[in-house]
Amino acid sequence: MPPEPPPAAPALLEVEDLHTYIGQHHILQGVSLRARRDAVTVILGRNGAGKTTTMRTIVGLLRPRAGAIRFEGRPIHGLPPYEIVRLGIGFVPEGQGIFATLTVDENLRVAMLDENPESRDRLPRIFALFPALERFRQARAGTLSGGQKQMLSIARAFVNPNRLLLIDEPSKGLAPIIVEHLVAALQEMKSQVTVLLVEQNFAMASALGDDFYLLDDGRTVHHGRMVDLVHDHALKKRYLGV
Amino acid sequence: MRRAAPILATAALFLLPLAFMDARTYVTLTVAGLAMGMLIFLVAAGLTLIFGLMDVLNFAHGAVFSWGAYVGFSVALLLNQRWGWAAAPSVPLNVLLLAASILAAMVVAVGLGILLERVIVRPVYGRHMFQILITLGATIVIEELIRMIWGPNDQVMPVPLTFQGSWDVADVIVLRFPVVAIVLGVLVYLGITLLLTRTRVGLIVRAGVENGEMIQVLGHNIYRYFTRVFAAGSALAALGGVMWAMFSQSVRPAMGGEQLIFAFIVVIIGGLGSVTGSLLGALIVGLSYNYVAFLVPKAAIGINMAIMVLILLLRPTGLFGAGK
Repeated sequence: MPPEPPPAAPALLEVEDLHTYIGQHHILQGVSLRARRDAVTVILGRNGAGKTTTMRTIVGLLRPRAGAIRFEGRPIHGLPPYEIVRLGIGFVPEGQGIFATLTVDENLRVAMLDENPESRDRLPRIFALFPALERFRQARAGTLSGGQKQMLSIARAFVNPNRLLLIDEPSKGLAPIIVEHLVAALQEMKSQVTVLLVEQNFAMASALGDDFYLLDDGRTVHHGRMVDLVHDHALKKRYLGV
Repeated sequence: MRRAAPILATAALFLLPLAFMDARTYVTLTVAGLAMGMLIFLVAAGLTLIFGLMDVLNFAHGAVFSWGAYVGFSVALLLNQRWGWAAAPSVPLNVLLLAASILAAMVVAVGLGILLERVIVRPVYGRHMFQILITLGATIVIEELIRMIWGPNDQVMPVPLTFQGSWDVADVIVLRFPVVAIVLGVLVYLGITLLLTRTRVGLIVRAGVENGEMIQVLGHNIYRYFTRVFAAGSALAALGGVMWAMFSQSVRPAMGGEQLIFAFIVVIIGGLGSVTGSLLGALIVGLSYNYVAFLVPKAAIGINMAIMVLILLLRPTGLFGAGK
């Protein structure tokens, strides 16, 4: 992996000065970020900094009051979620969002979009990444372990040939050994898809991330290369408390 | 196994009334109760999916039921007055009359359902208080339309000869129409279940009932599916209306409102969004109502409330609730 991409590499996703309200509350007060193609961009920040709200705004579940979101140069803010994701974006929400009453297989099938006939051919690749899903293919998703549910949620976003994956706190509530497995799987997926990752677990974030954006109180306050952040103890202490 | 437990427990409980009456009465009441349950199920099935998928409280469902009954009534009346299809001692003609009434009622209900969903319900997604107010308002309008078109009084529903009277099975009198209603209810339940478990639309609807937001970020336009579910639910309500009109041999403008109370009890007992739960809930309500109406007539409606309270105390999400 080259340390620096060509400076003119166009961003796959651009978020510009985003302002989002939830009810009366002004949650995002100017979030900007760019996700480079074929890189993992990590959004960092304390609880309540606006990381999840940023993800939910990008995917269309929340409507921004101001600002712009462009995917492959095309403005997508204002489109309904089902149109946004069909442009080639996979979303892994916080808390996984799997359908517990459906089987693992049904969870994957419901995610396969008709306009992507190759989705079915991607299954062997997915099962190679997450063998447990193949083993429990006919089991109700609600009976899976926390780690397996997370894998299912990621697999579901990967079942279509998406160009961008938005992954919100995949390590939350998982045992360290499971997190390691998840990191390994995501490492492998990195080569095939651009990832925008929200992650509180700094070890995981630094293992996967190429770029980082730091959010605080709903604003982007810092950004740069992950390798630089790892050594910047003052910045980490100030915004992340690590 | 865990899912079968409530069914077995319920079945055991319903042998209890046998201690207070003779077996023949018990069978008669059971058939009547199952039939009533199946008819309530037709109304509740649409209601539970409409609520389960989009959290919409649709109080206009009862008015659609009434419209279905009246459209079916008009078709039955016409066919009988013109060609005597109800009075004719011919099974095919009698069945044809029933089928034509049901078909016409369902077609009109689909149109009415789509209109209601697009015009009345869509602007109030996510706001329960508005949903209750506006669908109750729509109910008044739709019922008044019935009074304008068909008049305010009860009218006699023509019942095909084949479905009148009773069969005598080993000295037990079994009314015919309730048996038809039970068979139809079973067929509808099987049809809905197959549709939900074997088709792609069914898969998306089941997923949407569990998590509507997630189904949107998987690329599915939930509103389009919801319109279809709303239309299908309305068609089932209309089917229930025609069947209820023949069951009670009459039509009244306010008939839907009474059924709606039962249907809501059933949806809550069964668990919001669960069709199987609604079937079980409907059978519980239908059977209890009939047994209690025979033993302690004054407690007939109260018993259903009591059962609802009891079940909600034991399982707050209902028998088959997804617990959302």
